[in-house]
Amino acid sequence: MKRQSPSTESSTESRTAQILLIALALAFLAFFLMLPLIAVFSEALKQGLAPFLDAVSNPDALSAIRLTLIIAAISVPLNMVFGLAASWAITKFSFPGKNLLLTLIDLPFSVSPVVSGLIFVLLFGAQGLLGPWLSAHGLKIIFAVPGIILATVFITFPFVARELIPLMMEQGKDDEEAALSLGASGWQTFWHVTLPNIRWGLLYGVLLCNARAMGEFGAVSVVSGHIRGETNTMPLHVEILYNEYDFVGAFAVASLLAALALVTLVLKTVLEWRFDLHSGARH
Amino acid sequence: MIRVQNITKRFGNYPALHGIDLEIQPGEFIALLGPSGSGKTTLLRIIAGLEFQDEGQVYFNGDDVSDIPVGKRNVGFVFQQYALFRHMTVADNIAFGLTVRKARRRPAKAEIKARAEELLRVVQLEGLGQRYPGQLSGGQRQRVALARALAIEPGLLLLDEPFGALDAKVRKDLRRWLRDLHKQMGLTSIFVTHDQEEALELADRVVVMDHGRIDQIGTPEQVYMEPATAFVSHFVGETNRLPDGRHIRPHDFEITATGSDRVIVDNVFRKGGSWRVEGRLTETDTIVEIDVDAHEAPPTIGETVTIAARRARTFSSAGDR
Repeated sequence: MKRQSPSTESSTESRTAQILLIALALAFLAFFLMLPLIAVFSEALKQGLAPFLDAVSNPDALSAIRLTLIIAAISVPLNMVFGLAASWAITKFSFPGKNLLLTLIDLPFSVSPVVSGLIFVLLFGAQGLLGPWLSAHGLKIIFAVPGIILATVFITFPFVARELIPLMMEQGKDDEEAALSLGASGWQTFWHVTLPNIRWGLLYGVLLCNARAMGEFGAVSVVSGHIRGETNTMPLHVEILYNEYDFVGAFAVASLLAALALVTLVLKTVLEWRFDLHSGARH
Repeated sequence: MIRVQNITKRFGNYPALHGIDLEIQPGEFIALLGPSGSGKTTLLRIIAGLEFQDEGQVYFNGDDVSDIPVGKRNVGFVFQQYALFRHMTVADNIAFGLTVRKARRRPAKAEIKARAEELLRVVQLEGLGQRYPGQLSGGQRQRVALARALAIEPGLLLLDEPFGALDAKVRKDLRRWLRDLHKQMGLTSIFVTHDQEEALELADRVVVMDHGRIDQIGTPEQVYMEPATAFVSHFVGETNRLPDGRHIRPHDFEITATGSDRVIVDNVFRKGGSWRVEGRLTETDTIVEIDVDAHEAPPTIGETVTIAARRARTFSSAGDR
């Protein structure tokens, strides 16, 4: 009996540690995530529903919402295609420069968004590298919608690829080779074999990509020019309202963004659950 | 007839195959046997068109298919891990090769269905067509993979370590069954294995490979009884290599008073239908393994006996890599 006591002791000890860690994590989450989230919604609804609805249906707010949706609608499909192509290339082929490509995919994560925005200003701005050529042809990129799209595409590029590369690496290329050996074309192989194998991972990546595309502030702020009703996205609009002491308005629009985050979270959880179910079934 | 001529392949700086020549007659069942890194799987994949050689040619019935990709070679390939499409039912997996055909070559839906049913019967999985691969056992998955490969009526069936992922009992049953199927359907088949027993049991001819070269091509009998190189002698069956350069199989030794080599017996145990005696040559301390007929009394541990070789082989150093 005496011999067993140290192990029992250590297991009670680890149970205490377990409870402590869980409590700590929960407290942290409550303080840094739940509290702000509650604050956003309560601030937004502080003066009742009517001012909230007014703030959300204000023409400038509507324009910001519309622009944000347009940006996401363009950049997310683009990055879905880019991400798929990059993951495919990296996992199914070996070629020189593969590691460089892997590093480059991560670049938007490692560079400050403000710097990313500045890069585009330096390239396409009036004083930029391509500025004179662009203005000679009547094209406006910086302080216009194309600039915002470019910056958003750049910032959100890694999400899909980062999700797919480990998944496709793990799956190997046996399935694709089997399909090809049975006479399937490359397109048929992609459509009937690869895509079903990665669908949940892809959807998950797209979801994260979308959340960031709608929520990006730094890079978009640099290239947008903050023209109300024209180049203001939702996050930029929130900042403007806040700086103008329109707290209800700022928090009302912010609560829409927060709601988006919540929806993303729920979808992500559902997807992970399905994903586990799916991968569980194959083993 | 399949002809492989002077195939060379490198992966970066690593030479996988050098100057491989091989001819396979219609209806043959061929084993590519070798340790890992011998190039056997690479050769199989080059014959399939999943990999391309740096030099040399592959001919199918006299046609040069060297640059033709796998989908146009009409080969059935069975992968080591089966590579079944997990989101498709077993029947859809089997029918895949037919459903992806261009419209003018594609059989009617009912015909495809009937063909899948028929193949399910052939691989003895009737009634499991609506299951998913995840719901099958390893042996069943392997048979689905085989049925899927056979659905396109391949001119050549290629199997990469077909029994590697199965447990011993299933493996043995499946082996015998595959051999029968090969004969019944009149297939020409090549399979890769590192298991000499599997190769000797199944194949009409065994191709023994080592370090990207073919050491010997022959019937199981030839490869076992007349190994061409020291490597083959060691890899196929067991061999004692004595300090004087002789290679002697355990069952080619006999314990006899008139023997020339003295051996101290370290261990005696049952091995299949005979006794296995492990000992050391007294002069050089070389470990030797000797088989003694089960009906005879084995020596006791610690005893010193004299042995003679009924049959021994020596190999020139050129063949002894």
